[in-house]
Amino acid sequence: MIESLTPLLASALGAAIPLVLAGLGELIAERAGVLNLGLEGMMLLGALASFMTVANGGGLFEAVTLGMAAGLLASLVFGFVTITLQANQVAAGLSLTILGSGLSAFLGRSYVGIGAPSSFAPLPIPLLKDIPLLGPSLFSFDLLGYTALIALVAVTWFLSRSRAGLTLKAVGESPVVARSLGLPVTRVRYMAVAFGGLMSGLAGAYYSVAQFKMWQEGLTSGNGWIALALVVFATWRPLRVAVGALLFGSVTALGLYFQAIGMHVSTFALASLPYIATVIVLVIISSDQETVRRHAPAWLGKPFYDDS
Amino acid sequence: MKFWKTKLALLGALCLLAVSGTGFAADPVKMAWVYFGPPGDGGWTFAHDLGMKMVQKELGGKVIASTVENVPESADAERVIRDLASKGNQYIFTTSFGYMEQTLKAAKSFPKVEFYHNTGYKSAENVHTYNSRMYEPAYLAGIIAGRMTKSNVLGYVASFPIPEVVRNINAYTMGARSVNPKVTTKVVWVSSWFDPGKERQAAETLIGQGADMLMQNTDSSATLQAAADKGVYAFGWNSDMSKVAPKAHLASVTQIWGPYYVMVAKAAVEGKPFKDNVWGGMKEGMNGLVSLNSSIPASVVKEVDAKKADIVSGKFKVWSGPVKLQDGSVKLAAGETFTDKDIDSIKFYVEGVDGQLPK
Repeated sequence: MIESLTPLLASALGAAIPLVLAGLGELIAERAGVLNLGLEGMMLLGALASFMTVANGGGLFEAVTLGMAAGLLASLVFGFVTITLQANQVAAGLSLTILGSGLSAFLGRSYVGIGAPSSFAPLPIPLLKDIPLLGPSLFSFDLLGYTALIALVAVTWFLSRSRAGLTLKAVGESPVVARSLGLPVTRVRYMAVAFGGLMSGLAGAYYSVAQFKMWQEGLTSGNGWIALALVVFATWRPLRVAVGALLFGSVTALGLYFQAIGMHVSTFALASLPYIATVIVLVIISSDQETVRRHAPAWLGKPFYDDS
Repeated sequence: MKFWKTKLALLGALCLLAVSGTGFAADPVKMAWVYFGPPGDGGWTFAHDLGMKMVQKELGGKVIASTVENVPESADAERVIRDLASKGNQYIFTTSFGYMEQTLKAAKSFPKVEFYHNTGYKSAENVHTYNSRMYEPAYLAGIIAGRMTKSNVLGYVASFPIPEVVRNINAYTMGARSVNPKVTTKVVWVSSWFDPGKERQAAETLIGQGADMLMQNTDSSATLQAAADKGVYAFGWNSDMSKVAPKAHLASVTQIWGPYYVMVAKAAVEGKPFKDNVWGGMKEGMNGLVSLNSSIPASVVKEVDAKKADIVSGKFKVWSGPVKLQDGSVKLAAGETFTDKDIDSIKFYVEGVDGQLPK
């Protein structure tokens, strides 16, 4: 019984890593007041760019770099449209998702049906990996998995302890006040959006060269939307994004696990478990309106006209 | 530029033909395909697209083929089908089960257009069905799995509990147990046709439960990739997936639509629309078990080839007795065989499948 929990936990963590990566990026963008619904599109572009790199003989470092560059490029286009041209963020984000899905499908046609020639392998940490139950799952990530953990710590520190983090939050809360204090609102928003793009690209790279090791149209299968929901779910706090991602991953893994051990539960009920869990958590979160209001960036989704 | 020149040249030729009014060739037949997914799915739609391309290759100038991708199985499908028919397509293939009612509805308004619906069970005067007996290659795959397994536990990543999928699980298990009665099959349902993340998690769960030979009934190759990562074997499904993970890939159960599409197209070119419902298998060349891994012992390959020959000659039928249910009771006695109607309504697990069939 216990030993079968290890693959269960590993499976849940594997599903959670890309959600944490993309979720943290979106969290930073939203904290600066920019709602980017284009996560799915940026992730797909990142996934394809990384896969194309390894398929054409490139190394893993190049693959991740190009994947992140693809995400960055897409996010800068989004940034130009929403921050400089002040277009509606929801519409621009949706267009970015559609563009990313379509473009990656078109450019990736000849990469379908082949395995990645090189990919990330698990790097178990000596000693720690021998801890029963937790060791083989928690301390045997690949490099990108550890990156997600480091990013989690870094983003948490950045938001709560750094001056730059305060600036970012100020821009998201009230760009008018931030501007009057002499803070570079437009530049901060651009940087936040760019960070979101980099992280989405990284999450995409995780899918194509670490987890699935292949390219297929729509490879991310809606996980960009889940990462997006996690940010709200987590009331814009990084640690909660990670907890939510893990919860989502484990509920799915648990549903499949129950079936494999032959428990007589309706598969339709099991398939809906993650969504039921999401609804329950959202109900609990929103029952405390004060907290939600305190943590939601007040200018989320609103353009700011910098007339200086 | 070159492309445009060719096009212009063609256009010119067509004009000449039209002006002279004595074109020796009849107008090309317009055929259209409605795809559920993208051809880039590497599975279901990819297999249909290969078939469509075979028509283009073999009947080049006589057929104008067009496709519509990513058509949802909703009212949208009917709109797409109607649109294709009103644009002058005389032959329309709708390539997913969920287009059944939409195809029938659209067909009523276009009595002169012939419709071909894939995997459905309702036909009409101008709606004909075609399907592939995937349980035949699945049975052969089971033989390989039964011979190669070390744990005697097989795993199956399944999509939805419809007869098509349930009978494939059964056939895989029956094939394995025909050579190794100790085998059991564990099944995990992912409630989706295409969700690489969930398919991978399901495969990992099965491997965690001791399964070392994985089969899938879903459209992505995530199951195969998970098997490769964990050092077990898996089969490809719908299309040849050997290139995804050459070491872990035992063989692929493939759909082969090309010959059927070419047959329908040839009849169409001759002006005699093909009107039969076709449920073909290995005999008709509508599916196959391809790209066998070199690590499969020669004796097993021989065994599979012999069984395949028997299926093709009709000497062996997968759905012939004895077939036992999970509780050991006899569903089909020795010497009896299921009719196609029986096969199409299989809603039970055979002996050797673990767990309970979702209702």
